[in-house]
Amino acid sequence: MSIRVNGTEVSPPDDARVSLLDLLREHLHLTGTKKGCDQGACGACTVLLDGNRVLSCLTLAVQAEGSYVRTIEGVADEGGDLHMLQQAFIEHDGLQCGYCTPGQICSAIAMAEELRRGDPSYVTLDIAAGPPGVTRAEIRERMSGNLCRCGAHNGIVEAIEDMLAETLA
Amino acid sequence: MTPFGYVRAADRIDAVARAGTGARFLGGGTNLVDLLRQNVEQANELVDVSRLDGAIRESDGGGLLIDASVRNAALAAHPLVRRRYPVLARALLAGASAQIRNMATVGGNILQRTRCMYFYDVDGARCNKRQPGTGCDALGGFNRYHAILGASDQCVATHPSDMCVALAMLDAVIHLSGPDGARSVPLTDFHVLPNATPHVETVLNAGELITGVELPPPSDAITHSEYRKVRDRSSYAFALISVAGGLALADGRVTEARIALGGVAAKPWRATRAETALVGKAPTRDAILAAIHEELVGARPLSGNAFKIGLAERTVVAVLAALAGARA
Repeated sequence: MSIRVNGTEVSPPDDARVSLLDLLREHLHLTGTKKGCDQGACGACTVLLDGNRVLSCLTLAVQAEGSYVRTIEGVADEGGDLHMLQQAFIEHDGLQCGYCTPGQICSAIAMAEELRRGDPSYVTLDIAAGPPGVTRAEIRERMSGNLCRCGAHNGIVEAIEDMLAETLA
Repeated sequence: MTPFGYVRAADRIDAVARAGTGARFLGGGTNLVDLLRQNVEQANELVDVSRLDGAIRESDGGGLLIDASVRNAALAAHPLVRRRYPVLARALLAGASAQIRNMATVGGNILQRTRCMYFYDVDGARCNKRQPGTGCDALGGFNRYHAILGASDQCVATHPSDMCVALAMLDAVIHLSGPDGARSVPLTDFHVLPNATPHVETVLNAGELITGVELPPPSDAITHSEYRKVRDRSSYAFALISVAGGLALADGRVTEARIALGGVAAKPWRATRAETALVGKAPTRDAILAAIHEELVGARPLSGNAFKIGLAERTVVAVLAALAGARA
């Protein structure tokens, strides 16, 4: 069984200790996915595994066998046009150093799907009913697994609001 | 990280058969992979059980059966959990981040290990849990996050799970399967207090696998339940104090109270004394405070966490008063 990374079939590593993050960066040279803490505390390494956002630092690459991994390199369309969220990050200054940005963008793309499904969050008042729509409080709670040490959070939330306004409308 | 093999279990029987010496079951990996990387734990083989069947279904008695490999995110989003066991959905959503909840399994969540920093500090700290008999640097160290109930002079670590606090409050039962067959253990009896052997954290036998969790049919105090977590930042942090509470009333008096505390002990703490003290009373703030005070008279704070007693009291009052107010 292989791992599909942005449409390309890749062999799993021989050494079971290799994380999905190290497979992407060191073996496949897809360095868009960033290594921040390497212990599940910062979200910089967030990728999409079969459509769900996960931390590639705490995923063993062998666990991804048979799955589809989408990284920041696979987010823009094939013609090279940026994903609407990438464009929105630029327009809203959703970054300064940019180190957390690939993780933020992968995370927010999956978050939009979770909102579309009506999944509740910790700040959703009525757990059974689900989220009351897109609020800044919901976005901030749902994105809390992605830290930004530059403090670009306001721009990040605005960029995500832009994307959600277009995709959830 | 020492080298280890990796194999995906075909089914539960295969998983149990493969659990030999030095092998570990791997769920989502959100805790175990980190512990292996930090060299807090070692394994020679990982048996991946995260892809075994993960169903959530009603039991014959009207309760809920949750397979151990169900991911935390899927459990929190399940319609029956949200409607009948809101305390469990909220507790799950209070834990970790969306990414980690997508990875972490129910079985792994129950077995996650303490986040005591001295436990993790292989090179720099003494820890009786990590290396029995070496001492405990948390006792005289930074112990703001540590236990106030049920600790010993060997270990003051807390259990970090939010989900387990809700499961304790719900009287959940853990289903196990091992070389000697299957058995069930109430969640409140599953984790053990440190006493003189803090490296022993559960009643799990060698080679035993958690196969599922069973919830009882939802009583009135279960469908009217909440979870509140107090932490140093408002999201993505471990609990200083957390409270799972449920309340049933008749004629303005408490007929059933369910209370469990997180962040206070090496296991989720079911506050049975407080529950008993509340039954038959009108759920005023004073009555709730008196009840939880009764639970916490035996609390023994450390140098850095005496604040937890008052914080636990106020959080219980806030949770139960809100539930009473919503039902009035």
